[in-house]
Amino acid sequence: MKLKGTEILLKALEEEKVDIIFGYPGGAVLDIYDQIYKSNLRHILVRHEQGAVHAADGYARATGKVGVCLVTSGPGATNAVTGVATANMDSIPLVVFTGQVPTGLIGNDAFQECDITGITRPCTKHNFLVRNIEELAATIKEAFHIARSGRPGPVLVDLPKNVMAAQTEYDPGNVRIRNHEVLYKPAPKKMANLQTMLQEAKRPLIMTGGGVILSRAAEELTDLARKYRIPVTGTLMGLGSFPGSDPLWLGMLGMHGTYYANMAVSHCDLLLAVGVRFDDRVTGSIETFAPEAKIVHIDIDPSSINKNVTVDLPIIGDAKSALTDLLRFLEEHHYEPDGAPRQAWLSEIDEWREKVPLTYCRNEEVIKPQFVIQTLHRLTGGDALITTEVGQNQMWTAQFFSFDRPNTFISSGGLGTMGFGLPAAIGVKCAFPDRQVVDIAGDGSIQMNIQELATAAQYNIAVKVVLLNNGYLGMVRQWQELFYEKRYSQTDMTYAPDFVRLAEAFGVVGLRATKPGEVEEVLRQGLAAHKPVLMDFRVSREECVYPMVHPGESISQMALGTREMIN
Amino acid sequence: MEKKDHIISILVYNKPDVLARIAGTLGGKGYNIDSLCVNTTTQNDISKIVMTTIGSQATINRIVNELQKLVDVISADDLTNVESIHREMVLVRLNLTPANTEAVRKAIDANRWKVIVSGDTFAMIEITGDKTQIDFALARMEPLGVTDITRTGLVALKLDD
Repeated sequence: MKLKGTEILLKALEEEKVDIIFGYPGGAVLDIYDQIYKSNLRHILVRHEQGAVHAADGYARATGKVGVCLVTSGPGATNAVTGVATANMDSIPLVVFTGQVPTGLIGNDAFQECDITGITRPCTKHNFLVRNIEELAATIKEAFHIARSGRPGPVLVDLPKNVMAAQTEYDPGNVRIRNHEVLYKPAPKKMANLQTMLQEAKRPLIMTGGGVILSRAAEELTDLARKYRIPVTGTLMGLGSFPGSDPLWLGMLGMHGTYYANMAVSHCDLLLAVGVRFDDRVTGSIETFAPEAKIVHIDIDPSSINKNVTVDLPIIGDAKSALTDLLRFLEEHHYEPDGAPRQAWLSEIDEWREKVPLTYCRNEEVIKPQFVIQTLHRLTGGDALITTEVGQNQMWTAQFFSFDRPNTFISSGGLGTMGFGLPAAIGVKCAFPDRQVVDIAGDGSIQMNIQELATAAQYNIAVKVVLLNNGYLGMVRQWQELFYEKRYSQTDMTYAPDFVRLAEAFGVVGLRATKPGEVEEVLRQGLAAHKPVLMDFRVSREECVYPMVHPGESISQMALGTREMIN
Repeated sequence: MEKKDHIISILVYNKPDVLARIAGTLGGKGYNIDSLCVNTTTQNDISKIVMTTIGSQATINRIVNELQKLVDVISADDLTNVESIHREMVLVRLNLTPANTEAVRKAIDANRWKVIVSGDTFAMIEITGDKTQIDFALARMEPLGVTDITRTGLVALKLDD
């Protein structure tokens, strides 16, 4: 039986077990939307295409499944680009469908035409322009396969209007296994080398990253660290891949890492890095990064190896299978960490932890943003899915909300996309309607995609926005304070809407706290509501995120705010 | 690390935008392509791209790794340190005048240059060889009155598989 292109799309989504898509209609996708109207597919209508991609992204990060969205051609597609680039930087599996003008008009500057495959070539894992109906089913199948295989990433599929109206038999065929998916099974020799390095190390340290979460290897990593008493630090994307409440956890490293994590990196003699890419925010000055350490790097992407940091033992492979192999190898070869030096190393770390704990100056008069986050953690028992926007709100969340489980911290790490948190939270809440989902936001970021409050209200997607409102673009202001002699060029956001009334105008509950004493009550009320809520916390205006490694410096050199610079 | 010329041989699926993906991958990361040659292989749906670029061994390794990540790339190899045959071709148009015709004829005979076509006012010459041979031939032709040239990228083939 012949099917129309639109029917093939819906059938292919069904075969991929897609239960929800986020999207926004338009001229080039009218036929597809007509098909959706006739189907049972759950579709969430966002208010801006960027929101559709971030929502699909949040859904993907929380579930580990492929997130799917659908937007129209031209401006619909270009509005989606920031979302696509965000997912690409953090290796998040998405399939983004864009409408396109009919093939006969491509290249003619038709109404709402743009070369979206050209535009997104550098910020997708791969993309397709489907030129004829015969390719459609196979292309969709391949798109999902590429998005989730190897190092995941977003795949864009451009669908010309006439292709979707044409008819053919449904035949997805088989997906071609490509060269880039060849997974190198780490050779036993590598494991033997690694054991020798562990044996010789007196001060080993594990550095865990987003790859551990993507490959669902948190359990193996946790086993490895606990069994052999190896302390663990993590990148922003790695938060949740090792329990934040475990004494072996040192917190995040890098620019806003903890003092003790950065000191441990700077003094360790073996750094076992898993699923990381040594971003500049993590390493600080490359020359002085982990200067005493031999570095082992486990990563699925060969192009990540020796890219920023030259490593001593590269292991190319999926984190889960590599760590499983390693655990088995160490067990079979009866590896035992040398007790005395290991204890001395852990004690040294504890001394750093006591010397400069992660803290802030409390205040009875003014709400401290860190206090709001700590109170949120206490009231939820840490059992919440947290999204963030980008900037100070993101860094304080990373520092002060302790994440015990993978896929619970959802944040734009690589691209640093303001406006990510609210739509991402909507996507997360769609996947987990019975769990508490909170977007920790700043007043700058929230205004970038505030229109998505309407989406939350329309479907009663009960996300909670914890707005740390300081009336500044806080992180940029912090840099201006520290490096530009407090010339606050264009960062004062005092002119802002009344967020409580704005929330109410959208049909969302609006709450406000202006004094520390009100924080807990507002959070309790907000968390208890079965509706979307925006909580406006008027926080200390010029609070800075500390510790801070100044850009380009060694991560052992940290500014600690009110304290002196400590080496 | 020492920078030198490298030859990268890439097998790709013959798709409309595959060259754009490769050029974009290199350009977007700040690498320059010095020469380029593309055509289909014995299979119509598979093309071979040979390009040359300058960089340290570490840079070239990164380029090869980045290329291998592309979905439409089947393989990418650095041929620099592999036994392989290299050829380029150049077409040269020489201006013929009553004053230089004799000199040009002599040079063509002496160097065994291949004349593809000639008229009263020009001679079109084809030179095939490795980079050194072509550079040498062009240097010899320069004083004779070169009006235009088109030089291909380098093609290379490994001696052994």
